[in-house]
Amino acid sequence: MVPGEKRHSGDLAIAGAAPGPGAVQAGAIELLNLPDLGIGALLPELALLVNTRALAYAAIHGRVLLPTQPPFVALRFTDRTALAGELLTPGAPDRQLYVLLALFAAAAFDTAAHLHTTEAIRQRHPGLAWIGFPAPDADGLWRFPDYSYGRRLASEHPLTTPGGHPA
Amino acid sequence: MSVTERTDVLVIGSGFGGAIPAYHLAAGGAKVVILERGPHLTAPDFTHDLRLGSYTRIVDLVQGDGITVVAGNCVGGSSVVYFAASLRAPGFVFDRRGSLGHRLWPSTLTRAALDPWYDRVEEALPVAEPSWDQVPYPGGLFAAACARAGRTCNPVPVAVDLARCTNCNWMLNGCHFDAKRSMLLNYLPAAAAHGAEIRPLHEAQTIAPATTPGYRYRVAYTQLDAGDYRLPVGVGAIEAKTVVLAAGALATPVLLQRSAPLLGGVPQAVGRYFSGNGDRVSIADADEDKVRDLLGLERAPGIPYQGFPIGKPIGSMSYDRLDAATAEFTRFSLQQIYFPGITDLLAQATDTPATSWFGVRKKEMRARWPSWLSVLAMTEDDNEGVFGAPPPTGSSTRVATSLCLSTLSYRPTANTLRGWAAADAEARAVLERDGLARVRPWSENAAGSVSAHPLASCRMGDDPVTSALDERGELRGHPGLFVTDGSAVPTSLCVNPSLTIAALAERACPGIVASTAEAGVRARYGAPTPR
Ligand SMILES: Cc1cc2nc3c(=O)[nH]c(=O)nc-3n(C[C@H](O)[C@H](O)[C@H](O)COP(=O)(O)OP(=O)(O)OC[C@H]3O[C@@H](n4cnc5c(N)ncnc54)[C@H](O)[C@@H]3O)c2cc1C
Repeated sequence: MVPGEKRHSGDLAIAGAAPGPGAVQAGAIELLNLPDLGIGALLPELALLVNTRALAYAAIHGRVLLPTQPPFVALRFTDRTALAGELLTPGAPDRQLYVLLALFAAAAFDTAAHLHTTEAIRQRHPGLAWIGFPAPDADGLWRFPDYSYGRRLASEHPLTTPGGHPA
Repeated sequence: MSVTERTDVLVIGSGFGGAIPAYHLAAGGAKVVILERGPHLTAPDFTHDLRLGSYTRIVDLVQGDGITVVAGNCVGGSSVVYFAASLRAPGFVFDRRGSLGHRLWPSTLTRAALDPWYDRVEEALPVAEPSWDQVPYPGGLFAAACARAGRTCNPVPVAVDLARCTNCNWMLNGCHFDAKRSMLLNYLPAAAAHGAEIRPLHEAQTIAPATTPGYRYRVAYTQLDAGDYRLPVGVGAIEAKTVVLAAGALATPVLLQRSAPLLGGVPQAVGRYFSGNGDRVSIADADEDKVRDLLGLERAPGIPYQGFPIGKPIGSMSYDRLDAATAEFTRFSLQQIYFPGITDLLAQATDTPATSWFGVRKKEMRARWPSWLSVLAMTEDDNEGVFGAPPPTGSSTRVATSLCLSTLSYRPTANTLRGWAAADAEARAVLERDGLARVRPWSENAAGSVSAHPLASCRMGDDPVTSALDERGELRGHPGLFVTDGSAVPTSLCVNPSLTIAALAERACPGIVASTAEAGVRARYGAPTPR
């Protein structure tokens, strides 16, 4: 969902399609294993399901997959992307499941959802750093004393009522 | 064996729709019990934290077929997690006909008729109209873009104590500084001061006729585990002379559907005509150099904008397309809004719908996140949502802490799609002018359309076929059973709905008190608005 660079030169699971850390480095696996979520035990089954779909995709599109690698991992990055698009398309079988997985993977990157946010910022969490999430005050709370351009930037609608509502 | 308790008035749900009648009934002398499905948290509990288990304790993401709805799940309901934009619905909304071809609101309801009730709510909340120097950067950017494109733009009235607000942008988590004037700070404590009893983690399951003479309804409930809302830890039942159903537009119709056999049937309009308020979110990816060159904005030396995470979620809004003289389904408002990172997934980065919202280009776009601006269009949808058969308990099936699956299905009609297209075109006309930004609606591949404004699933009206409630908010054929939440609002509003839900709840109170008095309770209407 959020592609990143390989963790080491032999990394197969991560295709290395984009510079910088991706969802996995940002903690997607940790997030999926959070006890609060209660889906950790299902992950091998889910991997099996994805691999079955990857095999079907390869068969339909005439891709030869290395038998030494899990089928999804054996797909080229562009094929992985296309397959993900298929799995997540409205009306596709098991789509709700894949949407949840996509949501959790992205949440690991965009929100460090497995960590307290202050802690994630202290650790320079790769996703929060990538999106430029601002840092809190020393007490772990966010405040923005400077927050406004401080001037009128448009004229208000002529039919605005006292109180600022539309007529 | 569970003992059946008795009370004068039972209120189900503690958001705008529940808190307001609870207060007026309690202050008028009735014994009031409030059942609330979610936990009771207050300011110190509302942390600045995106970890699962923090805000997810009080926010539900409810996935239907074709639509996903965000809603509060706590004492105070969605008022605790909402963004506090507090607007009166434009006058033309009350004349809407939708595709049914007749006026959908009760004939007694117009903007002028509702204004005194809006006034009352604004006394209690209170609603502040920010000055321009209180509008945060994203609202300023949107306003400047509107002005450059020859449009108007307004600061948005908010139910926020501006003097206390730190512009932290964590409203979804509940306000740690008590600056947001949620129901936790006005109607609910005032109701409690008059003896109303609030029971958190109590989920109503069915409404049936009472067996005790003089009582009208018997409500069965489940108590939920505080750590895992999927686990029931107890059951009970309460009989009441009056029931006020205010579980929100995603739960109220489901509760009635489940209760239909017990109640000898409910009106056929229950669970139909759901509206997502025509909500449509787009992300504008702003070009910082253009912000400087075209709009002349600079918030710090060398930084034109980069202000997405700063401020309050909602700051400014254009009323230009709320023209009463134009045709239905072409009118909408455009509002600058901020959503926390959990929704970043939905932003589209390319023109290929199936894969536009993830992958390499999307990651590149994330690197410009501080330069995003999101825009919410609130359009005239066609009330096309329909609920399927109710789940065994509650209003949806909870699959994880804050993730629920609903039987609601939403297939936008051509009318709704036309409204969305018009709103998209206007957002582009304003924000893409001379390359200022690139605008794209949220992907619908992931979650369907997304709404934080569920309405109209059990609506009021004059026509018994298409409205479940009469103009007083009473369920047709069921005296003493009232609905006062967003489900009663007949149509989308073209603005954020909370103030209208609250005003309609205020308006229903004299009738609810009168009905309660008819049932033998010494209750009077007329308590002053709480502050
Ligand atoms: C993130 C977000 C931002 C928003 N921003 C704005 C905004 O800026 N301006 C605006 O006008 N509107 C906004 N809204 C919408 C607004 O908050 C809602 O329209 C409004 O609060 C709905 O009020 P209600 O009384 O109908 O329902 P709610 O406030 O949702 O209350 C319903 C309550 O009933 C409880 N409940 C449900 N089922 C049961 C049951 N079986 N038994 C007992 N209790 C039950 C729920 O837990 C909930 O607390 C926002 C909403 C969200 C989620």
